[in-house]
Amino acid sequence: MTRTAHPYMANSAPALRQELLDAVGVADAEELFAQIPADHRLRGELRLPPALRSEAELQRHLRETLQRNVSCEQRLSFLGGGVWQHHVPAVCDEIAQRTEFVTSEWGTPASDLGRNQAWFEFASQLGELLELDFAGLPVYSWGCAAGHAIRMAARITGRREVLVPATLDRERLAVIRSYCAPPQVRDHVAIAEVAVDPATDRLDLADLEAQLARGSAAAVYVEHPTSLGALEPQVAEIARLARAAGAETIAGVDPLSLGILSPPGAWGADIAVGPTQPLGIHMNCGGGSGGFIATRDEERYARQYPTLQVSVAPTRGERPDERGFSMTLFEQSSYGRREEGNDWTGNSVYLWAVVNATYMALLGPQGFAELGETIVRRARDAARRIAALPGVEVPFPDHFKEFVVSFEGTGRTVAEVNAGLLERGIFGGQDLSASHPQLGQSALWCVTEVHSRDDVERAVAALAEVIA
Amino acid sequence: MSLPRYRSAQWDEPVVLEMGRPGRRGHLPPQVEDDVAPLAELVPAGLRRAAPPRLPELSEFEVQRHYLHLSQMTLGMMGINLFGTCTMKYNARVSEHVAARPELAELHPGQPLETLQGVLRIVHDFERIVCELSGMARFVFQPGGGADAAYTHACVTRAWLAARGELGRRTEVITTIQTHPCNAATAAAAGFDVVTLPLGPNGYPEIEALRAALSDRTAALMVGNPDDMGIYNPELKQWVELVHAAGGLAFYDSATFNGVMSRVRARELGFDACMYMLHKTFGAPKGGGGPAVGAYGCSEELVPFLPRPLVTFDGERYGLEQVEEAPQSIGKVREFWGNVPVVVKAYAWVRALGAAGIRDAADLSVLANNYMETRMARLRGVARTNPGVAAPRLEMTRWSLEQVREETGVDVHDISNRMVDFGVDAPWLAHEPWLTPEPITPEPGELWSKEDVDTWIDVLAHVIEEAYTDPEKVRSAPHNHAIAQVDLSRIDDPSQWATTWRAHLRKRAATSAGAGA
Repeated sequence: MTRTAHPYMANSAPALRQELLDAVGVADAEELFAQIPADHRLRGELRLPPALRSEAELQRHLRETLQRNVSCEQRLSFLGGGVWQHHVPAVCDEIAQRTEFVTSEWGTPASDLGRNQAWFEFASQLGELLELDFAGLPVYSWGCAAGHAIRMAARITGRREVLVPATLDRERLAVIRSYCAPPQVRDHVAIAEVAVDPATDRLDLADLEAQLARGSAAAVYVEHPTSLGALEPQVAEIARLARAAGAETIAGVDPLSLGILSPPGAWGADIAVGPTQPLGIHMNCGGGSGGFIATRDEERYARQYPTLQVSVAPTRGERPDERGFSMTLFEQSSYGRREEGNDWTGNSVYLWAVVNATYMALLGPQGFAELGETIVRRARDAARRIAALPGVEVPFPDHFKEFVVSFEGTGRTVAEVNAGLLERGIFGGQDLSASHPQLGQSALWCVTEVHSRDDVERAVAALAEVIA
Repeated sequence: MSLPRYRSAQWDEPVVLEMGRPGRRGHLPPQVEDDVAPLAELVPAGLRRAAPPRLPELSEFEVQRHYLHLSQMTLGMMGINLFGTCTMKYNARVSEHVAARPELAELHPGQPLETLQGVLRIVHDFERIVCELSGMARFVFQPGGGADAAYTHACVTRAWLAARGELGRRTEVITTIQTHPCNAATAAAAGFDVVTLPLGPNGYPEIEALRAALSDRTAALMVGNPDDMGIYNPELKQWVELVHAAGGLAFYDSATFNGVMSRVRARELGFDACMYMLHKTFGAPKGGGGPAVGAYGCSEELVPFLPRPLVTFDGERYGLEQVEEAPQSIGKVREFWGNVPVVVKAYAWVRALGAAGIRDAADLSVLANNYMETRMARLRGVARTNPGVAAPRLEMTRWSLEQVREETGVDVHDISNRMVDFGVDAPWLAHEPWLTPEPITPEPGELWSKEDVDTWIDVLAHVIEEAYTDPEKVRSAPHNHAIAQVDLSRIDDPSQWATTWRAHLRKRAATSAGAGA
């Protein structure tokens, strides 16, 4: 037993502890563990690092350890590929730190009205961006959202195959593979890759039609922009072909593109998924990830959601227009029906949903339009300047914020290029040479609103030196 | 006793989509220079958005004020919150501050490893800590919550069976009715059939029931212990031996670790794998439901199957072992390494307490629960579950208010709605299906003071008394919140449910049109 009270434990004050022991009528707390058999118990002491009981020492230790990192604030970064550096408005940071939101648990619709309303506003504003009118609370990540959406489509259609683009992000594909289960297993959904045009990264419609002709596809999963950043102008045609073949169209979209790009609800997607991290969440070393699932408000889809959903509802109060927000279709979740529920749900990234709501309200319609425009113009300008370097190519020039840079013609590997950039204080784009060998020595660069013209010029100059 | 005279803030805050005026701005993105090609040249008109999204147009302050108002109408943990199974503990501000620093917040997981040495060290050192607490060989933090860790186990089980040539033949996962529903649900989602053992007379399933369920179809046992009634299964070691003898894996859902930490190690009971919730037991906040981490640990035998990356250390330098280097790995259950800030907060919590502090926390949480028992047992109409089990409960106890309902018609939902009127968060009841009528499951943990616990019990006692004297007051609660009781009678009605404002507007218009006609 420690000598002085610990600040995190009110009853660790010796007198309080004694008061509790006396009230219970035991001399030692050990007597209260009588249920645990002797042969279940740890013998000896736990070997843990020494306690840092003072906040000053703890804070210093954590700070000094983390300061061994070099962050994207300290360097110029062009990394993307599933988590992206965007500006996080200060108001988002304030709301993300509000202890009421940070520490809340389950509650009741009345006592946690504010949080539930913020969740409803997350889904509502997302619905406006997507032009879809049903959305769940977020799941763990984009890949998880895609995995659940594919399973929804399999339940809806009774089919057990999904068609995905051949150049799909490997990280997301690995998650989708887990959700689709191996062939020996009851829940297996076969993943078939649809060829893409190597010149544009757009889906090869002839191959898509041929694969849909098997009649076994539950869904076509298409991303716009693609995993490699390219715009996919055929989305409406892809959705039409899928529908004609009895398959659902699942769209993977970047919400920050939707101020300028036609939203999935407008071009015929049935289920939309995507990342929530761009909506006001720091990268957090990948821990900023979250994923959304949205559809039209039709029972065909609504009854297949695995998530929790918050619905507006009237109150029993005297004011006729008074409303609250509570879970709808809770009984179809794993909380309601255990193994009979849709997939599973649990803790996810609901604090981020509150921050996402704040972000969308800050930007508003004009903010999304301007941000999308800034990103695409800045990224295209960067790509154009990089492509002008000798031996460097940008194979898919019609892109949003990410674009492939090929160093094949420079005789340098991406590893060499990025090592040279790092010496110059720059994190180069994600190395694709192992994940997408057909692209040779290529990297996925990401340029957003955080990059200035000076940043781009600095990167281009550094690249010129490195490949010289 | 004097009860808290709580009143919620009441801001009558509209839904954000009802707010704003055309042209107002809350945020201005940077503009690019005029000599950069215009949008019209970059994105063909046919791909462009036709109509702007119908988002609110608000000034920055209006957005800030709106969400601050919403935070002020969130009781959560701001009063007294003894929400059972969730281990409501102090979420240290210093951890929040540190995790918000750019040295963590502005890291990309794909950065060169030499620029990630600090965070890799913390993840590595925390992994050693949970290995010491559990006896397991390795841990992975990729799962985004406890349920995701259970799912990870189901996926690891698939890969382990495949490596033995038994996938497709061993199709059953065994769990117990008192084990959290996510175990049954994730096993099913991973393609297994679920066998659920009922409880026996001692409050835990009989070992004969397990024997009867085991067969050459058994893939795994997924079980929580102690359960959320505070009952510890003393035969668990034999259970694991039986499962192993039948050829399956044993997974320990350690959601209720708080009462047994520093006393019981999953590996020493024979388990092949276990899971800790860093957002519960290890002091990281709930966030209303994440970001969370289900830390998944396993024995040496299962390490090849773990999702990647895993953190490595060669004595000088920290690194990451990726999927490509682990041919038997299940791959990934979520992108990247996990909710890294949550791992940092959990590490900070362990360092703040140390081994002695962790033992104190377990002792105090069990002591506080047994203190609660001395008072709860005397309340009118309140009965302890499993009355035949004489031994003291661990960190929580389930109670039944069936007598209150029978005598007054007031049920535990009504009582929850009335308790929040006193600034006390609604208590945990029980998972579906209810094995005990009118259940209520408080867990005092090590955070809450004796005065807090006493107030919580005083409030419950008062509400029960009201149930007898003024039942309508309880049934119509809450009365001290910004809104009245939400009418859930049509929440699952497709003509009313609306998860978005646009759906609500459409359905409301249809209803009024119908009423007009």
